[in-house]
Amino acid sequence: MLQEDTISAVTTAPGNAAIGIVRISGSDALQIADQMFFAASGKKLETYPSHTMVYGFVRDREGRDIDEVLSVYMKAPRSYTAEDVIEIQCHGGMQSIRQILALTYYYGARPAEPGEFTKRAFLNGRIDLVQAESVMDIINSKSAAALKIAVQQQEGFLSKKLKEVRRKLRDVIVHLEAVIDYPEEDIEDVTYNEVNNTISGAAEEVSVLLEGAHTGKILKEGLRTAIIGRPNVGKSSLLNTLLKEDRALVSEYEGTTRDVIEEQLVIGGVPVLLADTAGIHDTKDFVEKLGVERSRAFLDKAELILVVLDGTQPLTADDETILTAIKGKNAVFVVNKTDLAESIITKTLAERFAPENVIEISAKTKEGIDRLESWLQEYVYGSSRQSDEEIYIQNERQINLLRQAADSLKDAVEAAENRLPYDCLTIDVDRALTLMGEITGETVRDEIINEIFARFCVGK
Amino acid sequence: MGIIVDSYDVIVIGAGHAGVEASLAAARLGYKTLLATLSLDNIALMPCNPSVGGSAKGQLVGEIDALGGQMAISADEACIQMRMLNTGKGYAVHSLRAQADKPFYHVIMKKVVENQENLDVKQLMIDKLLVRNDEVVGVEAETGEVFESSIVIICTGTYLRSKIVFGSVNYESGPNGLRSANKLSESLLEAGVELARFKTGTPARVDRRSLDFSKMQIQEGDPELRNFSYISNITHREQVPCWLTYTSPVTHQIIKDNLVRSGMFNGLVEGVGPRYCPSIESKIIRFKDKERHQLFIEPEGLNTNEMYVQGMSSALPADVQVKFMQTIPGMEHVKMMRPGYAIDYDCLDPLQLKSSLEHKHIKGLFSAGQSNGTSGYEEAAGQGLIAGINAVRKLQGKTPLVLGRNEAYIGVLIDDLVTKGTNEPYRMMTSRAEYRLLLRQDNGDLRLTEKGREIGLVTDERWEKFTKKRSEIERVMHHLQNTFVSPTEEINAKLISAGSVPLKKGENLATLLKRSEMSYEKLQAFFGAPEISPVVREQAEIQCKYEGYIIKQKQAVEKALRLESKKIPADIDYFALKELSNEAAEKLDRVRPDSLGQASRISGVSPADVGVLMIALEVHRRQEAEKQ
Repeated sequence: MLQEDTISAVTTAPGNAAIGIVRISGSDALQIADQMFFAASGKKLETYPSHTMVYGFVRDREGRDIDEVLSVYMKAPRSYTAEDVIEIQCHGGMQSIRQILALTYYYGARPAEPGEFTKRAFLNGRIDLVQAESVMDIINSKSAAALKIAVQQQEGFLSKKLKEVRRKLRDVIVHLEAVIDYPEEDIEDVTYNEVNNTISGAAEEVSVLLEGAHTGKILKEGLRTAIIGRPNVGKSSLLNTLLKEDRALVSEYEGTTRDVIEEQLVIGGVPVLLADTAGIHDTKDFVEKLGVERSRAFLDKAELILVVLDGTQPLTADDETILTAIKGKNAVFVVNKTDLAESIITKTLAERFAPENVIEISAKTKEGIDRLESWLQEYVYGSSRQSDEEIYIQNERQINLLRQAADSLKDAVEAAENRLPYDCLTIDVDRALTLMGEITGETVRDEIINEIFARFCVGK
Repeated sequence: MGIIVDSYDVIVIGAGHAGVEASLAAARLGYKTLLATLSLDNIALMPCNPSVGGSAKGQLVGEIDALGGQMAISADEACIQMRMLNTGKGYAVHSLRAQADKPFYHVIMKKVVENQENLDVKQLMIDKLLVRNDEVVGVEAETGEVFESSIVIICTGTYLRSKIVFGSVNYESGPNGLRSANKLSESLLEAGVELARFKTGTPARVDRRSLDFSKMQIQEGDPELRNFSYISNITHREQVPCWLTYTSPVTHQIIKDNLVRSGMFNGLVEGVGPRYCPSIESKIIRFKDKERHQLFIEPEGLNTNEMYVQGMSSALPADVQVKFMQTIPGMEHVKMMRPGYAIDYDCLDPLQLKSSLEHKHIKGLFSAGQSNGTSGYEEAAGQGLIAGINAVRKLQGKTPLVLGRNEAYIGVLIDDLVTKGTNEPYRMMTSRAEYRLLLRQDNGDLRLTEKGREIGLVTDERWEKFTKKRSEIERVMHHLQNTFVSPTEEINAKLISAGSVPLKKGENLATLLKRSEMSYEKLQAFFGAPEISPVVREQAEIQCKYEGYIIKQKQAVEKALRLESKKIPADIDYFALKELSNEAAEKLDRVRPDSLGQASRISGVSPADVGVLMIALEVHRRQEAEKQ
């Protein structure tokens, strides 16, 4: 809402577009871009003339490449919003777009609200009245739509859970405030242990919610999985079996990485984006090229690697190449052809990797496919999937607010541990409450005051 | 129409805590002012508790002082016990509270207003507000005397159509048998002012000689001498104690048995009462499980035997009040001197007011204090001061003084009133202030003296004292920030001896002072920090120790101020903005906020609505620009 904030968003339609654009607008845009975009030339973005396309890479916080991109710096006022604008064009599909977006938030941008770029363009004198009116429509129709979404199930669960966490925090604040504002009433004083326990508990619950954000993203975008195996291990038949099993096959389209085909399918209730090397390169060729950068990129883009092996034969040199290449990645080892003979490699694999990640199947008889399904469910939902009420946050804005709330709670725990006075302690808890309230639509101050009177008999 | 007898620049109706501050401010700024009161014998009357200050209220008193108001100076003079509350809970919530000698406080204030240049104090029952074409032109008294003025400040407290109730006793009256102002209420309604009906109450007063204090706990004042006023010269004060005792299950039984006889429940009380000031009967109904309620017995003054029974506000019949008090330890033989009562009264709905405290539709009509739906002497005085200042600024053609929520509790108070309204008498609490860490008892002068000086209410004497203190603080902070100590053996030995941890690298004294076990005195002892006055020492410690949190709050303020600076034109038609939700348009039209910031605080106005407004403002601005 505040025009002085720097905002960012994806400005291309989500889905199948070959190129995605992340736009950052505001006074901190350049500074944010500088921390994540690295021009191939090694020069800083600002050293180029305004409106120049610069080739380079977006790197994550650990310095790993997320995607190769083109960046443009449009100096204020010669930009869409008339503010400093950076646009980053990437081609890595939704996964890398979202990673890039998340990085802009990390470095200080705030998620743009619906219509906000246009709103700023108008407020800064870039566009005319008619356009502005349409923006007002967007703002309100989008917020009406957002309201509708809010009552939808997942949001409902999130809101319920957050309200629960907020209530506990609020109760602590209310107690502190009652003691502060009614110093001479005989209200039992708050103990630092009680405060510390509640805040730590809330911090824990918020971090669980943030972990759930991972699951939420998978549910929304699909688990990006690469299937890999040397020739003749039965990779194609496994793929066919999975595809046949899957009645919810959504679409088939050429993936954003030109080397692979991506299939969207649902395995055991888990939406999966399955990338296969089949179709463009033959598999043999692919394995040979594993050391090559492009093939590595294929593996790196996947969150999960499905390694297919032939259980009737000992591990070959090609198998070993693959096993080496996937080191450090999340992987599941599918030992195929159990219909032909008992597997002779399961034991070796179990010793080298975690035994629970080795699954024997027969793509032909479908034996063991259910085990693969359960494994995937376990991987995505974790072991705690007890009910449908698990909460998965999918919305970047919510994740962003929740992260900030988690930071404030961390500060609050520290303050409570150091027994800082109440007036300091309440500041961090208050901020966490406010941020969570922005998700649930609750306001802090009136709530606290109402609760003081409801809970404590105070007054002369 | 009566006979015109005089004309004034400013007329203030009511000489309670709001009226006194309003009239003094106007007169001190050089404007011919009339202060009209129902009774010259009750100027600055304290009809309820014999104390000034308390949590958040102490801060209000400090702010009034810094701006050049009167309450702090008079309260220091009338003080018979002073305590700093909340000392264990952090500097931001430290609050001063004084027990005041009530009759003496009245005497002091009467003397002040009577001797103020430009101020006429008259005993008058004002019956009519005279309004022509939605502009105030004066007032008419019951005597038929008309006083002309383009500014009238309503400070009528609980006197508008007031009614006293306890048991079946029920009569039209203000507190202490003073007359209620019935015709003025009607006149305000006729002028188009919207009124609400509120209720408040007070406990019995009892004879000191009938109490057995040996059965109660003594509550003494602080040994350390403190004053509300930043320029007070008082260095010695005799203090008298208060006493603490408790109700018992028998007390509660008597109250329960007689509930039907309470004015609260027999249908006689109409108004909405405050939740924070419940009658003892309400407390017992709402908190059934509480086995006892505490009572403070407080002296009403040094020259009276009347004692105030705090916590016992009641509208039960007199005989029941005596009966239940006699079940309380130390009060077995209590003699009641005045019964407690509930009082019903008319007040203005504060949503009709602008942030300047002027009425939105009636030019020149200001309102302050309990007549705006607040409760408490300090809340009243704060509003009175602002109304007085803004009345003058209107006459001068200057923009009104509107204090921000980040600048003063007075700012929070008025913003809450005119933005959210209130459905019960509004009491200030520290938890209402989101930037509480900045609004401290200790820094009221640092926050507001400069503003008071610009307005013209800060005397040369105050200004000199303030600037001296401020530069002393700057000097010591500069010293602390620029004096570095190294981790030598000698210094680390000193630190260890003080229960602190040794230094690993060089640090400045300001950083060292952040340590919880460090104090300025220790810095003086170890590192020869300069000798400074206690108030400056306190500032240095707070500014160093709280630095991190103060920065956090200032960042939040800075963010909020961006919306605050976006002003909304007064003539905006919210219903013409079809993109606004109906609810938002209605609320916005009712409140008519000054800025986007204020708009965003109205309940029912969503962030999306604020976004729409922001665009509408730009559209408006361009249209205006085109016209020119």
